[in-house]
Parts: sequence; structure tokens; C-alpha cells
Amino acid sequence: MYDTIIIGAGMSGLAAGIRLAYYDQRVCILERHSTIGGLNSFYRLRGRDYDVGLHALTNFTQRGARKGPLARALRQLRFHWEDFALAPQVESAIVFPSVELRFSNDFGVLESEIARKFPREQDNFRRLVASLVDYDDLQPQHFCQSAREFLNAAIGDPLLREMLLCPLMWYGNAREQDMDFGQFCVMFRSIFLEGFARPFAGVRLILKNLVRKFRALGGELRLRSGVELIQVQDGQATGVVLENGEQLAARRIVSSAGLVETLRLCADITTLDPVQAGRLSFVETVSVVDRQPGELGHDRTIVFYNDTEQFHWTKPETALCDVRTGVVCSPNNFLYDDRDGQLPDGVIRVTALANYDRWMQLPDQEYRVAKLHWYDRVVESAVRFVADYRSRVVDTDMFTPRTIRRFTWHDNGAVYGAPEKRIDGTTHLPNLFLCGTDQGYVGIIGSLISGISIANRHCLRE
Amino acid sequence: MTPSEIRAEVIDILGDIAPDEDLSQLKDDLPFREQLELDSMDFLDIVMELRKRHRIQVAEEDYGQLASMDSTVKYLEPRMKDL
Repeated sequence: MYDTIIIGAGMSGLAAGIRLAYYDQRVCILERHSTIGGLNSFYRLRGRDYDVGLHALTNFTQRGARKGPLARALRQLRFHWEDFALAPQVESAIVFPSVELRFSNDFGVLESEIARKFPREQDNFRRLVASLVDYDDLQPQHFCQSAREFLNAAIGDPLLREMLLCPLMWYGNAREQDMDFGQFCVMFRSIFLEGFARPFAGVRLILKNLVRKFRALGGELRLRSGVELIQVQDGQATGVVLENGEQLAARRIVSSAGLVETLRLCADITTLDPVQAGRLSFVETVSVVDRQPGELGHDRTIVFYNDTEQFHWTKPETALCDVRTGVVCSPNNFLYDDRDGQLPDGVIRVTALANYDRWMQLPDQEYRVAKLHWYDRVVESAVRFVADYRSRVVDTDMFTPRTIRRFTWHDNGAVYGAPEKRIDGTTHLPNLFLCGTDQGYVGIIGSLISGISIANRHCLRE
Repeated sequence: MTPSEIRAEVIDILGDIAPDEDLSQLKDDLPFREQLELDSMDFLDIVMELRKRHRIQVAEEDYGQLASMDSTVKYLEPRMKDL
């Protein structure tokens, strides 16, 4: 009998596991896939290491900072700042047809960009920031209000509104067109007021640290252990049945599988409420170039682009992908320690919106052709906003909604989960809880905080 | 445990929870919150560490007793005197 079974060995499940194992619970993390990380993972292909999911860790604060989600996650998981070996970004930008806004981990850069390019909005922007600074993400107020309505009232110039929303939606918005106000505040802080960073060794360093700590505390991690059923008796979850038929009993269950995905596993639920699963999925092109991207004139960490003045954040309905907007990221463009030097390969990744159903319906042969076709279309779109690196490409890879489904098991390959979040993590059963994307936090640090807060709130106080 | 031993134990717990804080300057009569960067999650950890280390159960309605060093030691004294 376990005290807690955790479904999913992504960031949130591992963080919850560490908290519970640290306080002497018998914990087992069950992972369907053959590897850990879920959406944030890593792989090796033709002799090179790649990250999946992570472009950059958001919420970056300097060593010694005691406030903010990064410091909180490190404290709660008993890690030292050095354990994540974070290198800060160089500089990023939001690029629209007529204007670009640079920003970095120094908030002054964005402020002065807005002062120069939107001089009339300077005071409005300052007031907007002041009203967001103290938003408490642990006790969220007005979470579900419309971020667009809030922005309409705060900022006069529609172009600036769209430009501010673009990176915030790209990095964590499960809702189409609009965004929850709470999510907006959390993302604004994590991207603009805090910042981007990356470990030299990539996301694998963070994952390996998490797993090592979890196991050292006596936690049990089982890979290739998909949950087929959550057993329910007298209105309580009693355990799980694995795909291989094995039964495991537990006093409580924490699931990072997603809300709809978790309810579907429950033995007591025969028909699902028409809960809207998320609809937003992505493709990502990965290009290895024959030199450091900086030598090709691309020295920015992340570039969020949009090719019209209106930012569209919707599932593409008529095509496999929508290449009007995208994110260009280069893991080379971080300020790595001199000890580490530079990554051996130049890598440029571009993310675009994709239609899950269309990608899933393709027969294998057409799927392979579509990947080639859309690799070209996505990169062609991106090089309107960054240096054209196409003649320097020596290897490529591409992930699609199919890949996301395989790694995350999320309905619709929805990267940020369902639009309706369960902030308190509760479900219809008193001892079944949600953590991860559908609980509400996003990003690497957000996922860790999600697992930590659900463990603290529901699994430790008894 | 004597009050001074309890105090030393609480300092040790705080050192675990917030390793970057300088605890040598801590004033016992002032709330922790005014002197250290502790949030609600960290306060839960004080409770959890007491349970893990000494099997002491702090009921949720008593969490307020752990606001400062003085009140914490006073609250723990009867509960830890036989340890």
C-alpha cells in the first residue's frame, strides 16, 4: 500500500514525489513512457543531444534572490541554486512587421524599448506593471477574467497590446484568442520581470537532479507503467490498475495526466462531462547549423514573431500548421560559463501552431512527406524575422502533434492542456488530485511549483 | 529539551528550509516574516520538519503560534520537554 501514487514523471510529478518522499511517505511515480520528463524531455539522434519542450527556463532570478518561484521551488525541493547550473539569456525580442521590442533579464531594456517605440504608452505601461507585481500566484484572485479586457483598459495602442500578449500566450496559454488574467500575470512576471535561462547541459540536468533526489529519498519510479484504470470504491480512489494488469493500492493519487485524461481513467466515470480539452498543439523544426548561430548574425535567445499587426492565437483549421506566428529559439544564445564554453553544435528551433487532428489522420507515408513540407514552410516563415540560416543546415529534426501526444498523452496533443484550469487541484474524488498543466502553472519552474503546492496542500496535512 | 535547546533546533530547521538566510541576527521577539523571506509554503515546512524530526503534531489552528521565535519556543516547550 502506497501513501501516494503519482501518475506521470514530468516536472510536476517528480516535484510532488520529492516533497512526499522527503516527508517519509511511501511514494510511487508511474510513467507510461520509457523515459522521464513528459513534455520537457531530451533525446539523442545521430550523435547529437537535443531538448524537447524547453526553449528556456522562465522565472529566472539571480543567485541569492529569495523571492519568486525559482527561489521558492529550490527551497521547497532542498536544492541549491548551483544545482540547476542556469546560464542567463543574451537577449530576446518580439518582432512584428513594423516594430520590434527587445527584452532581456534586465527589465529596464523592455521599459526603454517601450519608451522609444510607444512613447505615449510609457505611463500606461508603468501602471500596468505596478498592478501586476503583487499578484499572488498561490492565492490567485480573478484568475479567470479576460486578459484582453484588462489590457484594453490599461494600454491604448492595440499594437502594443498584441505585442505584449504574443510571448505570454506562446509560453503558456491554453485558451484560444484570449487569456486568463491570472495566467497573464504569472506569465508576464515569469518572462518580463524575471527572465530566461538554461542549463548548459539542457533540461536533462534538471530532470536527472530531480530523479536522483527522489530515489535517494526512497521514492520509487516505474517507467513503461501506463495506468489503465483508477479504482474507486465508496467514493474514494483506492489504487490503480496498470496496462500489464498489475494492481497497486494507494491512500491517495496525484495525477499529472490532465483533467479529462485523468477522469477518463476513473472507474466510476462512464460518461465524461463535455469538458473541453485543449486544442492548441505545435510543430517544431530543429535545425543543426554548421557554426554558432551568432556567427550567422542570429545572436538572440528567443524571437517571438508575428507577420501582421493582429496576433492570432488559434488552432489552424484549414491547414496542418499556421506559420503566421512562431518562436525562434537557439540554445547556443545563452551566457554560458567560461568553464563550459559553447555548445558543440549550432541549433535553431522554430515552433509554429499546428492542427492535431490533421496531423493524426495522415497515413505514415504522407506524414513523412508533410514533415518535410512543413519544415520548409515553417523555416521559410521564420527567416523573415531572423538571419536566413538555411544554407548552413547540416541536420534536421521535427516534432509534430503526434510526438507531443506520444510524450505527454495529452488529448489533442495540447501542450498547455485544457483552457479551464483546476487551480486547487481537486477532482470529484476526495483523495484524487491534479498537478501539472491542467492545475494551472506552466513552464519548468511553474510545473515544479504545481507539484509542490499540490503535495503541500492535499498530501502532507493530515 | 530546554528552551535554549529548542531554540537551537528551530534555528537548525530554518537553516534547512532557507539555507541562504543569515540567522545569526534573528530577533526572537519579532515575527519571522518580518526578518526572513518566508512564505506560507516555508511555514508548512517548519511544521513538517517538527513532525519528521520529533514526531510533534502541530494542528492547523496552531500554526499562528509559530510566528516568531519567542512564540514558537513557548508553544513547543511543553511538547518537547520530555524529548
